[in-house]
Amino acid sequence: MNLSKILKNGFLILIASLVLTACATQKKVSTGKMQGDVYTGTDSVEYLASGVPDRVFFATNETVLTTASRETLRKQAAWLRKNSNINVVLEGHADERGTREYNLALGERRANSAKDYLMTYGISSDRISVLSYGKERPVDSGSNPLAWSKNRRSVTVKAN
Amino acid sequence: MIFRHLIILLILLPIKAFALVEVDITRGNLNPLPIAVSPLSIDEKSKISFEKILKKENIGEEISTIVENNLKQTGLFNSLDKDAFLQKPDIANLKPRFEDWNLIKAQVLITGKVSFVDEKLRVEFRLWDVLAGREMMALAFTTVPSNWRRVGHIITDKVYETLTGEKGYFDTRIIYVAEEGPKTNRIKKLAIMDQDGFNNKFLTLGNELVLTPRFSPTNQMITYLSYFRNLPRVYLLDIETGLQEVVGDFPGMTFAPRFSPDGKKIIMSFAENGNSDIYTMDLENRIVERITNHPSIDTSPSFSPDGKKITFNSDRSKYQQIYVMDSNGKNVKRISFGNGLYGTPVWSPRGDLIAFTKLHKGKFYIGVMRADGTGERLLTENFYQEAPSWSPNGRVLIFYRETKTNSKGEGFSAKLWSIDLTGYNEKMVETKTDASDPSWSSLLSN
Repeated sequence: MNLSKILKNGFLILIASLVLTACATQKKVSTGKMQGDVYTGTDSVEYLASGVPDRVFFATNETVLTTASRETLRKQAAWLRKNSNINVVLEGHADERGTREYNLALGERRANSAKDYLMTYGISSDRISVLSYGKERPVDSGSNPLAWSKNRRSVTVKAN
Repeated sequence: MIFRHLIILLILLPIKAFALVEVDITRGNLNPLPIAVSPLSIDEKSKISFEKILKKENIGEEISTIVENNLKQTGLFNSLDKDAFLQKPDIANLKPRFEDWNLIKAQVLITGKVSFVDEKLRVEFRLWDVLAGREMMALAFTTVPSNWRRVGHIITDKVYETLTGEKGYFDTRIIYVAEEGPKTNRIKKLAIMDQDGFNNKFLTLGNELVLTPRFSPTNQMITYLSYFRNLPRVYLLDIETGLQEVVGDFPGMTFAPRFSPDGKKIIMSFAENGNSDIYTMDLENRIVERITNHPSIDTSPSFSPDGKKITFNSDRSKYQQIYVMDSNGKNVKRISFGNGLYGTPVWSPRGDLIAFTKLHKGKFYIGVMRADGTGERLLTENFYQEAPSWSPNGRVLIFYRETKTNSKGEGFSAKLWSIDLTGYNEKMVETKTDASDPSWSSLLSN
């Protein structure tokens, strides 16, 4: 990972999050657990440590990080800095509404969005590996927008 | 094993015949050809021998049933009820009484006999044009008795070819992924079966996730994606020897493999640092070549049958669309311009069409378009379906379909379906377990 790519990604994330924030305030979509079609609930979320959620969620077909996702990843980065002996695997996932092969690529891209962000907060790429499951490992077996929103995720898992 | 013991063929009287069935590619066949498949006759001595070896009471009847079922599945033929037949199976050596077959409205008749000769299964069959009162084809072949189901498929291929003017697709197999268990933690195994669902066999144990197996167009090799040791990589499996090896051992994920038409290369995606591009690997010298180099997702590559072009899936225009390029990666052109997203392009073995999956307004479609993107036709619509694979003659597509679960997340299933290029004759393909990611082999004998 070179610096220019990190900066470019960071910049894209910044723009994307501004756009998303703007959309969210305009539409005021509220299904209780979703904002737009990004999951905001905590049903399936687990914790790496107290106050450090293990996963972030994505909009349909998107790989950019939301404001909430970036907040979660900053907490993860802080926790990883404090626990420098811990390595992690970022597991990227997609929902069931896409073709299998494209979803494998999408999961890989989502996990790498999270990885890039952790790296900008000082976590060495040596400590992070990436694994895409595409749509193979949903957490919610429902066939509805809420279930799909829970399944579009990148989960940070301790590797050791 | 069985492929080495093959067969054939003593051609007795090959007669060049005109096609009796018009095969249209845009329309279903509304008047299936009435065909009578007379049970193959068998002498008493042979009958006893086969009963001992194969545990089948009447192998002649069994083989003709295979032929009959195959023909029925095509939607092009209407096989007549055996109870209505006036002539007994022992007609095999004689000329049929065409008036009798005319009476029950048969236009085509298949007769034949099986015998046990030198520990081998010998089959003779004849195809008759009832209206013209003449023989259209006569063939005989000899094989090991355990090949008896294949004999039925080979007869069907010969009959189909004679009557339609197109190659058949019956002496073929399907490789697929057998699925079991809850949707959140599916157990997946590679499985293989004959085209008609028989001789099902599991090739992996289910210890690791396996996806997207694809047949080599030239031999008994499979390429697929395995999560062995949690490293998603492209593998190669020889289904005759059971030997497998990793071929896409790059420092990221390799996936979406397919063979080149000559079977000598594998084309696949390689994902690293959030970007998937397309690569080929020469199986002989292991030379890897990068084909695309673009920051978008490039995946699901498929060669044209002449090997000169590649169709693939890319989101370089923001969402998934279908593209075509030269086999060296030059001259990339987008070909899908309809509403919605397009994925899984796969080139027809005839070369003229590309089959695909389309997502539009929450529905999934299997469709075909010409290689230049014109003439899009959607064949079937459903809640979820994808991954078409062509029959070796480019006539039928097999794909998988998943059901919508209820509000509690229950009721999930995945099944294989087949559909004619015309959009007619849609059928579920029976499998013992749930199934996905089917890939059709080429003809085993030619």
